[in-house]
Amino acid sequence: MSNTASSSPAMRTVTATSRIGDIRAFAGFGSLSFACLVFLYAPIVFLAAYSFNDGRSVSRWSGFSLRWYATVFGNENIQTAALNSVIIAVIAATASTLLALGAATATVHRRASGGGAAYAVLTFPLMVPEIVTAVASLVFFVAVGISLGFTTILLAHIVFCIPFAYLPIKARLEGLDPSLPAAAADLYASPAKAFARITLPLLVPGLLSGWLLAFIISLDDFIITALVAGPGATTLPLHIYGMLRLGMTPEVNAISTLMLGASTVLVLVSAMIGRVGQKH
Amino acid sequence: MIAAEVRGLSKVYNAGGSRAFEALKNFDLSINANEFFTLLGPSGCGKTTLLRILGGFEALTEGTCTIFGQDVSRLPPEARPVNTVFQQYALFPHMSVRRNIAFGLEMLGTPRAETERRVDRMLALVHMSDYADRKPDTMSGGQRQRVALARALAPQPKLLLLDEPLSALDLKLRQKMRLELKALQRETGITFIFVTHDQEEALAMSDRIAVIDKGRLQQVGTPEDIYENPESRFVADFIGESNLLDARVSAVNGGEAALIVEGFADIRAPIGRPLAVGQLVSLSVRPERLILREAGQDVPGGIARVVARTYLGNAVEYHLVAGGQTLTAHAPRGGLRGLLDFVPGDTVSVGFEPGSIKVVSS
Repeated sequence: MSNTASSSPAMRTVTATSRIGDIRAFAGFGSLSFACLVFLYAPIVFLAAYSFNDGRSVSRWSGFSLRWYATVFGNENIQTAALNSVIIAVIAATASTLLALGAATATVHRRASGGGAAYAVLTFPLMVPEIVTAVASLVFFVAVGISLGFTTILLAHIVFCIPFAYLPIKARLEGLDPSLPAAAADLYASPAKAFARITLPLLVPGLLSGWLLAFIISLDDFIITALVAGPGATTLPLHIYGMLRLGMTPEVNAISTLMLGASTVLVLVSAMIGRVGQKH
Repeated sequence: MIAAEVRGLSKVYNAGGSRAFEALKNFDLSINANEFFTLLGPSGCGKTTLLRILGGFEALTEGTCTIFGQDVSRLPPEARPVNTVFQQYALFPHMSVRRNIAFGLEMLGTPRAETERRVDRMLALVHMSDYADRKPDTMSGGQRQRVALARALAPQPKLLLLDEPLSALDLKLRQKMRLELKALQRETGITFIFVTHDQEEALAMSDRIAVIDKGRLQQVGTPEDIYENPESRFVADFIGESNLLDARVSAVNGGEAALIVEGFADIRAPIGRPLAVGQLVSLSVRPERLILREAGQDVPGGIARVVARTYLGNAVEYHLVAGGQTLTAHAPRGGLRGLLDFVPGDTVSVGFEPGSIKVVSS
């Protein structure tokens, strides 16, 4: 690297060198980026905007109103579905986080005893097409003889949330200095005490982001839920899909916007926890 | 009294596997109570493995390990009356300095008031009283080092293990902490077992040193002993600087041997163990114990040619060639005090101070 500071040709050389391989230097980079962003976000902005439409149309603006939000909050079916979704998401996130904590604790720092295989087995479901998991779950429940409903949704959610909860916990555990639990043992802590007083508190950021990730994944799951829900139970995504079949109204936009808001808040919280956690 | 003892200790990693590695080989060592004892050796020599076996972090493959008469070979770390200062300190990042130091006492079930009293005493001992409520990640390396020491000393262990605790500090701080550690050991009367690869550190701080190489104990002794009477080529070379000469035994007379060294006449050295006439041995001579004189002067020794001269500030280093062997000599700075000075190309007489030649095993 050139260290010359004063002469201007040298300066130009340094700048040019640093830009080689920089994709931003290519012609049309700016406009392409803009197009991508529009493509990504315009539908969402459009959706959110029409949730405030006064009329029944989701494509013709006829004035600002909160009437569709009022409809959403007044609709008992939506409330039931939303409550189901939240209950399922809370239980599934909690159960899968606990299971993932166990899995991570048992596999990290133990490469010799099949840690790599355990990692593959635990994260493979992420690569299985969701429809396959959905059909498999359905067939399994029918074969075992569990009647489809709230229980089957919950069980399926717990299972498919495990890899999502596992990854942040595993990452956090791998970043943990193994001499910390060793130091706790050296200072007369039993393995259980060392885990409770040292490992667990330091894992909290990983546990929280694992839980939030699992919560969001559970909250908006459609395919698996649709197949294992059975006739009685419904969740918010299932309910929204059902509403769409009866015709688009801004009520759907309103629910979707509310879900978007909830997810955004959760993701932000998760990111903030991650940043706080990185300090340690 | 013996503080720690290992007998017939071996440690094999991946035992039975294709990549089996014997980190320690049939090790016998006794460490006395109230001693500042150092395990010294190059990296990978097994010194840290030995420390980890004493601490209970590593299981031994064969042999026994006793601490103050108690066989601890199969005990986990929490059941041993031993505390450790880890290389990177391993302070608990989510706890204040005070809670870090209190941790061991809390685990032992010490009453709260007594714990706080003891923590205050430890904070004062390591001059960290003003930092009691700080978190470890807001402190410098030297400060963390002191907290790690206080944390390990607070439960009043019978044995303190220190795993290269000074290696993460810069030179000035390292030199200061050497003195502090030594003083702390005297003050507390606790047996310290200190691991380092830095021979200067070992010589400066230890009551006794064990030199380890390739999983084997090379020599145990006081710093003077190790430096003045190295028993093997490795020890002579690893501790300080040494001229190693190949020699053949020509005669043995009581406790003294006459030796033939190419380019030198009349070399005699005391011997500590039986040598046979005709046997090949190595001789070790420290550079500062070579005597250089103008050629022709009568010094028992040989004639050498100066090939390089390096000014070291407090001494001048000469590289010499004599009879096919290369020698390094450190002479007090020449010139001002009327001492001799040589330049490359000069021919000089080289002799050895009486008692400076040591026979070491090759």
